[in-house]
Amino acid sequence: MPIIKNSATYGIHKVIMKNSFVIIAHGTAIKEYNGVVGNSQNSQMAMIEAINLTKKYEGVTAVDHVSFQIAEGETLGLIGTSGCGKTTTLKMLNRLLEPSSGRILVQGKDIRKDKPERLRQGIGYVIQNGGLFPHYTVAENIAVVPRLLKWKEKRISGSTDKLLEMVGLPPSEFSQRYPQELSGGQQQRVGLARALAADPPIVLLDEPFGALDQITRGQIQQEFKQLESLLKKTMVLVTHDVFEAVTLCDRICLMNQGRIEQIGTPKELIFQPHNDFVRDFFSSNLFQLELHVTCLGDLIPWLENLSPREGCATLFKVKENLLSILQHKNMGQNGIGIGDRHGHRILTTNCENLLSAFYQYKKSILN
Amino acid sequence: MSFWEFFTSNIREIFDQTLQHIGLTVISLAIAVTVGVLVGVVLTRYPRFSTQVIGTVGVIQTIPSVALLGFLLPLLGIGVTPAIIALFLYALLPIVRNTYTGIEEVDGSIKEAAKGMGMPDLQVLFKVELPLAIPVIFAGIRTAAVTTVGVATLSALIASGGLGEFIFRGIALNNVNMMLAGAIPAAILALLFDFLLGILQKQVQRFLKPILIGAAIIVTVSVSWWLGPQIFNNSFIAGFPSEFMGRADGYPGLQSHYNLSLDSVQLNPALMYDALKEKKVDVISGYSTDGRIKAYDLAVLEDDLHFFPPYYPAPLIRGEVLKEYPELEGVLGKLGGKISDETMTQLNYQVDYLNKPTIEVVKEFLTELGLETSIERTGGSDIVIGSKGFTEQYLLAEMLGVVIENYTNLDVDLKTGLGGTKIAFNALVQGEIDMYPEYTGTGLFVILRAPEEVQKAIIQDKEEVFAYVKEQFKELYDLEWLEPFGFNNTYAMMMRREDTEKLNIRSISDLKAYLSQ
Ligand SMILES: Nc1ncnc2c1ncn2[C@@H]1O[C@H](COP(=O)(O)OP(=O)(O)OP(=O)(O)O)[C@@H](O)[C@H]1O
Ligand SMILES: [Mg+2]
Repeated sequence: MPIIKNSATYGIHKVIMKNSFVIIAHGTAIKEYNGVVGNSQNSQMAMIEAINLTKKYEGVTAVDHVSFQIAEGETLGLIGTSGCGKTTTLKMLNRLLEPSSGRILVQGKDIRKDKPERLRQGIGYVIQNGGLFPHYTVAENIAVVPRLLKWKEKRISGSTDKLLEMVGLPPSEFSQRYPQELSGGQQQRVGLARALAADPPIVLLDEPFGALDQITRGQIQQEFKQLESLLKKTMVLVTHDVFEAVTLCDRICLMNQGRIEQIGTPKELIFQPHNDFVRDFFSSNLFQLELHVTCLGDLIPWLENLSPREGCATLFKVKENLLSILQHKNMGQNGIGIGDRHGHRILTTNCENLLSAFYQYKKSILN
Repeated sequence: MSFWEFFTSNIREIFDQTLQHIGLTVISLAIAVTVGVLVGVVLTRYPRFSTQVIGTVGVIQTIPSVALLGFLLPLLGIGVTPAIIALFLYALLPIVRNTYTGIEEVDGSIKEAAKGMGMPDLQVLFKVELPLAIPVIFAGIRTAAVTTVGVATLSALIASGGLGEFIFRGIALNNVNMMLAGAIPAAILALLFDFLLGILQKQVQRFLKPILIGAAIIVTVSVSWWLGPQIFNNSFIAGFPSEFMGRADGYPGLQSHYNLSLDSVQLNPALMYDALKEKKVDVISGYSTDGRIKAYDLAVLEDDLHFFPPYYPAPLIRGEVLKEYPELEGVLGKLGGKISDETMTQLNYQVDYLNKPTIEVVKEFLTELGLETSIERTGGSDIVIGSKGFTEQYLLAEMLGVVIENYTNLDVDLKTGLGGTKIAFNALVQGEIDMYPEYTGTGLFVILRAPEEVQKAIIQDKEEVFAYVKEQFKELYDLEWLEPFGFNNTYAMMMRREDTEKLNIRSISDLKAYLSQ
């Protein structure tokens, strides 16, 4: 039985939020199934399932009875302090490391049943420090897995160019360069393109934006989020940047000394921490994080429609988060317009009203 | 003769030796690259053993080359095979070490990326690890190549040819042109190998596999090519030191004097007795009083046509000293003619192989002769006796000392172990020593460098040689030759005793008769 610290006291949670259910069973969240109530664990098979993973090095238990499931198309963030076992956990997923005990299922199949090479060719891997081959050009780096899969050269060069376009590196300029001739950020884009080259259903990313400055990082994160080819992928993203996790991940698994402290949606971890460790982990940026995980749509019940002065207010979408709205340069002067998916204005409000609605919303979920 | 003249007149031989040298180097290097890279790669897969293995390979490199050749001799004999194996062993360390560290030093995240993308282990090796380690591996190969070209000169000591033949013959004969004719091409070869490998290195990333396969093919072809004849070759082989091969009073003279023709190979004097004992060669030109004759049960062939010049040792003493202590002549005369070839061999044997102290062997022998030995040296120095640096000379010097101490009132000091003829002789002329045992032949050929007509006229007769050197030394250097000890330590042809008995060969003429059957 995968026992996660403190999970016993919580038992089964059923947190009702607008239009969505999250079921946390024994500390293991299954998935946010939009609009579908009571979808059980058995009826939908997880893409990746880790069962009781433990990895011991001499004297050190790097990963200690870790279990989780990741649904297809979902992004799971692994976060935690340095040395807490994130990389170790990730590497067990593509068998770069073998667990001391426990099992991993991918699409329901134990990964030890097949050759590790076969498994890895179907899993994109973005490595912590880039790991580009210095003796290969950018194009050759990206072509590694397709070549292993014996694609035709024509198909390879076509897809290489497309991937380079996608990560914002024009092929005509970059494909024949060597990694040393790229900036750190460009290298990481190539690393990402390489991991996606064979269009694997699963992608593992170990601090893919680690070596970047704040601005570039934010920029790439945004691009990353919008990459169409990533939308359907099942991803595991290791990071120690909480904002990155909150921005890019559907669910977050917070680890400490090899164990899972809490696993759930960003909102759950921030508004409903299971224990002091989780609370402390987010405490230094708590307010910003709370704003980050709250979207306009959450606040609608508490918002007043203030201003009829249509046309002047900046229009924001319901799923936009509060932090980005409050940081927006046109914010405030003419009020905040809220539009639905199709851009039809639902209501118009202002900054003060927005914040008071936020506090009421927060109170409602804390109770 | 200028170097250039020597060079042009010997161009054929230099060319041949250079080719042999290249052959030795390339083959042993190819084997070393194949094995070394393989071992290095395997070690990266089992790093637990790396320290021990690299340590062991490193120890091989510290073995002096002559000693290593000595170890290999009983196993592999002489000729090209042991030379290649020795060269291979010396070349191994830098290649193994650099392959191992080169691969180990490839950035861990790059290796992990390769594995993580699903490359099978062999592809990780060939596509990522080896290409990235190439600069380091090649640095190792280049080091190995340069060392191999150098060490390959030593393989001339075990009859495998190469430029070392000229170098060592040149050293033995004190012929600078000959030395240079070996050394200069060897140096050029070393630079050339380094240069070519540098070029290859730039291309190797593209041609890694063909190069490795090429090395492996060279290895297999050459190994079978060299080993084949070695195994099936059972003709009668002579092993001669380079000095003997080159000197007029060595093999060339012997050949014409006896009209004898032998399949001969060049061997280090230190190794040739062992080569004979181990049946790697069948006849050698040794020294007639060497202790190993007894130790290895060898037989000296009689020089029935008197080809070898006489090398009769006698005390060589400064004229002034003899004038001051004329009694010395009579006293040392007690040893005159008392030591036969067999006796001297026996004495050398006791020191070299039974490890008895020199002084003990000397006293035992003198007692047998009925001479007094009770007075010990006290450390005064009325007379300083010198010797060259080998066993026989130590024994003779000690013997002279004991006799002088016991039969005169003079005190004796010993200054033994003087490097060679030149050093001992200079020490005597300059008065640092008063006497040392010298050989008549050496006096004639090396010190006096007597004109060729004179040499030819007297060489067959030991009495005439003695008379000639005695007169000349007196006149030129004021040195006196006293009465010789009686034995003749000259070149001698020798074979295994069992062979001489089986084949009924007693003399060099018998050998010639046997060979012309
Ligand atoms: N090969 C190893 N041998 C021994 N201990 C190891 C080994 N690899 C990792 N560890 C230990 O296991 C623990 C977890 O390491 P891991 O690399 O998974 O940390 P991480 O969470 O990825 O940290 P970071 O954020 O710094 O990358 C650490 O305490 C580390 O020291
Ligand atoms: Mg890590």
